[in-house]
Amino acid sequence: MTAPALAIEGLRKSFGKLEVLRGIDLALDEHEVVCLIGASGSGKSTLLRCVNLLEPIDEGRILLRGEDITAPGIDVNRVRRGIGIVFQAFNLFPHMSVLENVTLAPRKALGLSKEEAVARADELLARFGLSDKRDEYPDRLSGGQQQRVAIVRALAMQPGLLLLDEVTSALDPELVAEVLNVIRELAAEGMTMLIATHEMGFARDVAHRVCFLDEGVILEQGPPEAIFAAPQEPRTRQFLQRIVEAGRL
Amino acid sequence: MSTAVFVTVVALSVSNAPGWPDVKQAFFDREVFDDSFPAILEAFLVNVRIFLVAEVFILVLALGLAVLRSLPGPVFFPLRLLATVYADIFRGIPTILVIYILGFGVTALQLPGVPNSPLFWGTVALVVVYTAYVSEVYRAGIESVHPSQEAAARSLGLTRFQALRFVVLPQAVRRVIPPLLNDFIGLQKDTALVALLGVVEAFRQSQIEVAATFNYTPYLATALLFVLITVPLARFTDWLTARDRKRQQAGRLA
Ligand SMILES: Nc1ncnc2c1ncn2[C@@H]1O[C@H](COP(=O)(O)OP(=O)(O)OP(=O)(O)O)[C@@H](O)[C@H]1O
Ligand SMILES: [Mg+2]
Repeated sequence: MTAPALAIEGLRKSFGKLEVLRGIDLALDEHEVVCLIGASGSGKSTLLRCVNLLEPIDEGRILLRGEDITAPGIDVNRVRRGIGIVFQAFNLFPHMSVLENVTLAPRKALGLSKEEAVARADELLARFGLSDKRDEYPDRLSGGQQQRVAIVRALAMQPGLLLLDEVTSALDPELVAEVLNVIRELAAEGMTMLIATHEMGFARDVAHRVCFLDEGVILEQGPPEAIFAAPQEPRTRQFLQRIVEAGRL
Repeated sequence: MSTAVFVTVVALSVSNAPGWPDVKQAFFDREVFDDSFPAILEAFLVNVRIFLVAEVFILVLALGLAVLRSLPGPVFFPLRLLATVYADIFRGIPTILVIYILGFGVTALQLPGVPNSPLFWGTVALVVVYTAYVSEVYRAGIESVHPSQEAAARSLGLTRFQALRFVVLPQAVRRVIPPLLNDFIGLQKDTALVALLGVVEAFRQSQIEVAATFNYTPYLATALLFVLITVPLARFTDWLTARDRKRQQAGRLA
């Protein structure tokens, strides 16, 4: 039996008095795509940040391919190199060109030579239709292009797990599709992904499993057909109802 | 046009003032100017040298101090405290006092192996004082870089130091170049304070010339030199500020 790609066990996390995560249990198999849905403030971003060790956790464990990455004394930099994360707000480095954004971490964190890093970056940029932007600065790109660069920047580390936090929320509607297509492509290639999203249509499309996060726990989970067509929990039904009313499903 | 009128009016009223012939005699003596200028110019090179040497040390030390003050967590509390106390003390004490204390106090100790030259200690005093100011400028720059930038860098597996070195500091420094240059205009002027330790720089040299000629024109010559070097620095600062503003507006439109 091989360990799951990611296993979260009994994860609890508070900010001061506010307990955001109250015991999360979740495991992802290799090549599995899991979408996290839930109301704003339900803790989706916090959960992803915990997995990437950007937030210290209060209780529980997180295992990456069997290794406890929340154990004391773990080398957080090494762990993070193997986990990509893409943020809602892109967070590209504004003082660097697209190419420099993408090559920085491979060079400094993985120790690749400049030539190797550039070759790797050029290949990825070409694949996602960004070759002509390689020498531009982020503020000269559209939101969709910036977010695709952010994805490429994460992929350049060749992570075994990709975390996506509402990567289309900051985009104009007409730019959403180009970013979602990139993610579909990654899913088709077998990238293991944990995705927080408000795009229910996309979740239905791309996810192997959908988890509904509510009040700090995963209240309900299952294949997208089941969750969207026949939710069991009243609160899941309520949430999806509101989404339908908002015209997002 | 209105500027020309204004200048003419001021010039006329000054030159019609009852004391003008005496003042003209005392401050605008062409002959004294020509005689004293070469020596003052040579002495002014001392100011320029103090300025350049001090500037290099200030830029480096202040950055170090600012980084110390921005270190997070309880582990670094003593370092943060030390850096804060330093900045508070040396922004509080008048520069002239620091120059006296270091220039006369330390040299009087006659410590073996420690230089005794007033030029050396005058420069050190300027470095000590201006490092405190400039570190505040840097710190404001570091704090203006959004934490999500560091998070993005750390999430890629860069160490805290690498995130600082490649992501936070380049952005911080770029943003504070105009205020930094502003502080350097102040530093350039304050090099004259080193004269108080007996260093013969432009101001001291002009005092010597004044004493010899009983005429104040050498002061004017010195002032002119300081202005000549300040104006390009000031215009350059303006230009950088304007360029940044334009760039930000362009960024917002994009
Ligand atoms: N650094 C922090 N300090 C204090 N509270 C925080 C912090 N980060 C998040 N929170 C709080 O934790 C709760 C969960 O936030 P989180 O961003 O994880 O929700 P989310 O599900 O991602 O919401 P959204 O859909 O709006 O992105 C919110 O109430 C938020 O205010
Ligand atoms: Mg969120």
